[in-house]
Amino acid sequence: MTNTQVPNTQDPNAQVPAVRSRPATPPPAVAVRPSVRDRGTRLLAALFLAPTVVGIVVFTVVPIIGSLVLSLFHWNVIDPPRFAGGANYRTTFTDSTVLVSFRNTLLFMVLAVALQLLIALSLALALNARMPVWLRSLFRSAFFFPLVLSAASISVVMKYLFNQDFGVVNWLIGLVGVAPVPWLTSEHAAMATVILVYVWQQFGFSFLLFVGGLNNIPKEIHEAAALDGATGLRKHLGITLPLLSPTLLVASVVGIINALQVFEQPYVLTDGGPGDATRTVVMVIYERAFEQLDFGEASAVGVLLFALIMAVTALQFRLSRRFVHYQ
Amino acid sequence: MSQATPTLKASPTPRRARHSLTPWARIAALTVCALLTLGPVIWTVSTSLRTPAQSFDLPPQIIPTHPTAEAYRGVFDQIDVWLLALNSTLVTALIAVGQMITAGLAGYAFARLEFRFKKPLFGLVLATMMVPLQVTIVPVFLVLKSMGLTDTLLGLIIPAFPTAFGTFLMRQYFLGMPKDLGEAAMLDGAGPWRIFRSVYAPLAAPGLAIVGVLAFNYHWNEFFRPLILETSSQNYTLPLGLVSLQGNLGTGSISVVLAGVVLSMLPAVAVFVVGQRPLREGITSAGVNR
Repeated sequence: MTNTQVPNTQDPNAQVPAVRSRPATPPPAVAVRPSVRDRGTRLLAALFLAPTVVGIVVFTVVPIIGSLVLSLFHWNVIDPPRFAGGANYRTTFTDSTVLVSFRNTLLFMVLAVALQLLIALSLALALNARMPVWLRSLFRSAFFFPLVLSAASISVVMKYLFNQDFGVVNWLIGLVGVAPVPWLTSEHAAMATVILVYVWQQFGFSFLLFVGGLNNIPKEIHEAAALDGATGLRKHLGITLPLLSPTLLVASVVGIINALQVFEQPYVLTDGGPGDATRTVVMVIYERAFEQLDFGEASAVGVLLFALIMAVTALQFRLSRRFVHYQ
Repeated sequence: MSQATPTLKASPTPRRARHSLTPWARIAALTVCALLTLGPVIWTVSTSLRTPAQSFDLPPQIIPTHPTAEAYRGVFDQIDVWLLALNSTLVTALIAVGQMITAGLAGYAFARLEFRFKKPLFGLVLATMMVPLQVTIVPVFLVLKSMGLTDTLLGLIIPAFPTAFGTFLMRQYFLGMPKDLGEAAMLDGAGPWRIFRSVYAPLAAPGLAIVGVLAFNYHWNEFFRPLILETSSQNYTLPLGLVSLQGNLGTGSISVVLAGVVLSMLPAVAVFVVGQRPLREGITSAGVNR
């Protein structure tokens, strides 16, 4: 591994000794014109950071504050905004569609993330066994291929594959004698189908994380464990998983944040139906804001989604303190 | 561990013999999984090459008996593929280049320059990775509206320039470069700009490629923002145009829809083939770096 090729794994603290080492550089270089050099550095830093920081402030920080403010107003773009106090939030908590969308999104998150991590981890472990290099890279490419496709167009494809009457999936299960399933038209099946389609496309992300994480585990540890008589499942549960736990944490944090924002799959596959069975929070935000022009309530739902994401992520980091081991 | 001790005494040979069977089972299972993963894509390509009348045939012909480009002609008749592709290319390419520039510069500043408020600023950048796009979309829409940028391609491009993840990636990348290079240049009298321009920037190319490929992949496929920001069809990008093709189901042909899907996939597949390594490294490093 060359230093310049591979993204570095240093922790942020790594720069601290570097800063301290500055006085250690030959005194003349520092002493000649330190103030000029420092001003140049600061100016350069300001120039370099300006596009990113200004962009983030204008398109993320200000909009977050904007969402908080908007959620306190009634506004339909046409009439001037009217102060609403907590009315939008009250509507949210009594609106059955919104409540159902939160329930759906949480259910989706739990099932989709669990399934995605399980599949990704099993495949990464299976791929970690001895096999020809070309075969391994073939499998690896196959598993992360769906990730490069667009969720919208994949959902269009899946809509036909899961069609009750002429879909390939029902034909396939018909071959082994299973009766046709109303994949997209019955309440429970529709949610399951949305989850399957989502996981099909997304598991490659966690898969790649796990492949990277497994590569980082020193071989000696497994060899030592084998000498101690650890095998198969025991080896994985007792050694691989704890060593992989930092990667597992990242995969689940990213997986949960993404899952809570699911939109394309239910939008294209079921349009939230049947009834509200697959309507997700983001679909509700979209519908309230851009179909019903109720910007206030849309913002309130958005703020609640943000709060939910923060809460879940914080909870995860807290729980992870007990389960994540750093080498 | 106490239970592991007896197994230590058991001879390792039977265990090895049992293990020698599993590689084949493992490879077979992996093959089935790979087929499940690629199956929908293979079906899409093969159906797009069938005649509209045959597009519903079951069992599906994986290799069409009479391959035809009829469905592709249908796509070109119904939507302005060239315009959509031009829009998508313009938006994606400009965002990718923009992100490489902004992330490269900001990443370098965070990794190698000293200035006040460095830590809180970096914290701010990292924190925005957690903010879901959908929470900010209404105010972003209003900001763009006030700038007269809604329903323009520029409105899609400009807000996508700053990239928290790309900045983070580039910072790690620059941190990985030896510090002595810059110090040697400094002793030779190079100022901070010269050190960046002549020493570190040229070394950053592979890292920038990761940022560019990730940006290309994400924004080529992007659906949510274009759906909200672009109202007139001459500003649509490919994913939006595709979903509008779905009306074809009514006329009894899915091959036209799937031909559209294949057309929109082509650049993504090209990036997959050419940019597979940077793409993989970009994703993998997300798990290793934190």
